[in-house]
Amino acid sequence: MKKFALSALLLVAGTASAGPILVTGAGATFPFPLYSKWFAEYNKAFPDIRFNYQSIGSGGGIQQFTNGTVDFGATDAPMNPDEMAKAADAVHVPTVLGAVVVTYNAPFAGLKLTPDLLAAIYLGKVSKWSDPALAKVNPGIKFPDMPITVVRRSDGSGTTYVFTDYLAKVSSEWKEKVGTGKSVSWPAGLGGKGNEGVTGLIKQTPGSIGYVELAYANQNKLPLTTLQNRDGNFVAPSLESTSAAAAGVQMPADYRVSLTNAAGATAYPIASFTYLLIHKDMADQAKGEAIVKFLWWAIHDGQKLAAPLDYAPLPKSVVSMVEKTVQGLQVQGKPVTLAAAQ
Amino acid sequence: MPQPSDTTAGVGPSPLARAHVSPWGDRAWGAGVSILGGSILVVAGLILAELGGVSLVAWKKLGLLRFLFGSDWDPVQDKFGALPFIYGTLVTSTIAIVVAVPVSVGLALFLSEMGPKQLRRPVGFAIEVLAAIPSVIFGLWGLFVMVPWLRESVEPFLQAVLGFLPLFQGPMIGLGYLAAGLILAIMILPTIASVTLEVLKTVPLALKEGALALGATRWEAIRMAVLPYARPGIVGAALLGLGRALGETMAVTMVIGNAPDIHASLFAPGYSLPAVIANEFAEATGDVHVGALASLGLVLFGITVLLNALAQVLIRAVSRGMSRGAA
Amino acid sequence: MTSLRWRKFVDRFWTLASAAGVLAALVPLASLLWLVVSHGAAGLSWTFFTNLPAPVGETGGGVGNGIVGTLLLVAIASVIALPVGIGAGVFLAEKGNGRAGELIRFVTEVLSGVPSIVIGIVAYGLVVARMKHFSALAGGLALALLMIPTLARSTEEFVRLVPGALREASLALGVPKWKTSLLVILRTAAGGIITAVLLAVARAAGETAPLLFTALNNQYWNLRADQPTASLTVQIFNYAISPYEDWHNKAWTAALVLLLLVGVLNLLARILSRNRMEGAR
Repeated sequence: MKKFALSALLLVAGTASAGPILVTGAGATFPFPLYSKWFAEYNKAFPDIRFNYQSIGSGGGIQQFTNGTVDFGATDAPMNPDEMAKAADAVHVPTVLGAVVVTYNAPFAGLKLTPDLLAAIYLGKVSKWSDPALAKVNPGIKFPDMPITVVRRSDGSGTTYVFTDYLAKVSSEWKEKVGTGKSVSWPAGLGGKGNEGVTGLIKQTPGSIGYVELAYANQNKLPLTTLQNRDGNFVAPSLESTSAAAAGVQMPADYRVSLTNAAGATAYPIASFTYLLIHKDMADQAKGEAIVKFLWWAIHDGQKLAAPLDYAPLPKSVVSMVEKTVQGLQVQGKPVTLAAAQ
Repeated sequence: MPQPSDTTAGVGPSPLARAHVSPWGDRAWGAGVSILGGSILVVAGLILAELGGVSLVAWKKLGLLRFLFGSDWDPVQDKFGALPFIYGTLVTSTIAIVVAVPVSVGLALFLSEMGPKQLRRPVGFAIEVLAAIPSVIFGLWGLFVMVPWLRESVEPFLQAVLGFLPLFQGPMIGLGYLAAGLILAIMILPTIASVTLEVLKTVPLALKEGALALGATRWEAIRMAVLPYARPGIVGAALLGLGRALGETMAVTMVIGNAPDIHASLFAPGYSLPAVIANEFAEATGDVHVGALASLGLVLFGITVLLNALAQVLIRAVSRGMSRGAA
Repeated sequence: MTSLRWRKFVDRFWTLASAAGVLAALVPLASLLWLVVSHGAAGLSWTFFTNLPAPVGETGGGVGNGIVGTLLLVAIASVIALPVGIGAGVFLAEKGNGRAGELIRFVTEVLSGVPSIVIGIVAYGLVVARMKHFSALAGGLALALLMIPTLARSTEEFVRLVPGALREASLALGVPKWKTSLLVILRTAAGGIITAVLLAVARAAGETAPLLFTALNNQYWNLRADQPTASLTVQIFNYAISPYEDWHNKAWTAALVLLLLVGVLNLLARILSRNRMEGAR
């Protein structure tokens, strides 16, 4: 009996004590390699502030943000009108640019794909590596006679949203049969949990193909597919081609924009901004301040950490817009004082 | 006649003389214990209420029949058919039972009859160790050891020998129904084996000795006298194992491939009820999606409850000597 | 063919078949244990136990917060489950012979079969949705709901095993009923109940599914009940399905640590029950 009372007391004490500021966020796995670096570096600079970010997928990020079970969310897919109706005070803050790459596990390098071929593979119409359609686009490659194992996401994913958004734009059959979304009714394929899970499945399954964020493919030394973009050029995913995709697009005031199938000779066709979801007016003083100050850091100092991890920094024009947005965020009705813009 | 106080002289006043013992201690204890006992009912009620309440939204929107038998799981269009998950759960559990029951019965027979006495203790201990291993560790082992082994050795063999059956056709990736079924079989082995062992112990010795006295070999005695008597109990053990297999989440989701489709081939990737809940619950957007997942949980709950109840009935029938083989 | 030779052959055959059954069960076990130990032991180090995880894709770091998290979750679960489970078991043993007792016994039996993922859904609805965040409390509650049925059943069993004569002797000496139950009966059954507690704790420590959307996860140390918390099991799951070699190694080592934890608890339970058995002679 005494032991129970003591444990109960300890729990209460633990809950009531002041300590470091703990901010919880959850969402996209797309930017997770960069975010985990950001939060670690930020914690080194400000040891009293801890950001606990869980990569559960953009769908989870939006849902938990809307439910109020996390302090901020993260998503690559901008919220749709239904979701915005449920979270009216959500502000999308773009943090960085990334690319969705098609990667594979097969004994050859330098795969090239056209939009039609990619759609056909994911529709289940091209199901073997030895299919002549593949040989036509890749004359120099000796394809093995293996079935193609398609890998996609099993959870609600912004990466999936970006990928299906692209496929819907380039394939009317995809648009009709499957559509765009964070979770769709896939015609084929294995499901992995998060970008991590998909990459893991591809690495372990010979003959597989899947879509992941560039950082995951590079960190795991997986081959990158060169895709044919809108202008007809075959473009490899890279920082430059990602930034080129954003260059031609006009950023709207609420930042909800799609970069897929962008125009531009060197533009990579499946690029995307990724966003943090923040409440316009945050209720908790300490947490709200911490979040706003972190955002300021992220769009300035944080951008320097992006390129080494294969994420493209925000274009300068977007940074100016985001600065005004962050300055407009409020904590308990009042804006937060921030250091001068760099 | 000596008074009671005389006999207890030196021990203080007789407790029997304390006529006014306060009943409050007893009442408090009785009440406290009853409350704790009743709390079980509260817990069960909470579980049902929570599950039911959340599921209601989905049922109203989707209609129960379409939900149970629809095969389209399409969160984009709010279409939720549970059939692929029910199918996957059934297929993997069937594989698990088909593999685990013979092995478990063999194991139990080894431990009670056929094995050398010195080996019984260590083997029994090994089975207890197997029972204690957490599911996620089975998943870890399954993913890195069993799946490659299936992909490189077992599935090609099965396809070469039995490839004319649709069960063994199609691409061999290691992940899928077969992998999940085999992992489940290993996980439910200890459950079925230990219950079967208990059941075998309740078989009256006279039955076996009678058969032996008539000149049967050990195996014949088992086959003719012990097994028929124990059969309902063994079925009960299998049902308990099945109940456990149905609810397994982690090991299954790590090796089944997470594909909400229905395929004939055992080599194909699939999905199960617990696995889809684990993967999609944290981010189910919209009340219908959450409701659909909670409904899957309710379906799972219902099936496991029925199985467990049936199993208990069967097992108790054996120990109470109501088995047909007793005649 | 009913000749004696044939029958002896069949008998030998089935003996071998049952031995094959044993092997079929033991080979995976041996493989699993061997791999967990051989892959996992290499990663055992001071940093593994004391460090936080490193950022994604970087090597180094440890699962210290996962170990502490598992201990925290199990502690919270025990605080909830022990009074309720043991109390319900005592109820069933002392007053459980009527209609109410039958009902509660049946419901307990039913509850013990609920899949852990379903318990996770319930804990999410009851705690996470209401508190508006993920927490160790929610995770602990989920684990407690899993522990309560087995604790109740085992406690009932052990209390019923206490000889009735003991109770009658105590009551005859004038000890009030409640003191008899608490100080005499329970104390006698304590050994068995502690065994049951250890086994229930071992099972709770190994659970993963219900924690996925109750305790969620945490990159940092956490001792607060109202915050999300890391756990060994969720960490193993996340590392196992990831693509990083370093994380795979950490998963094996974390699995080794978890197996040792569960193993020690089970071993303690066995020793206690054996001592009790021997002491009773």
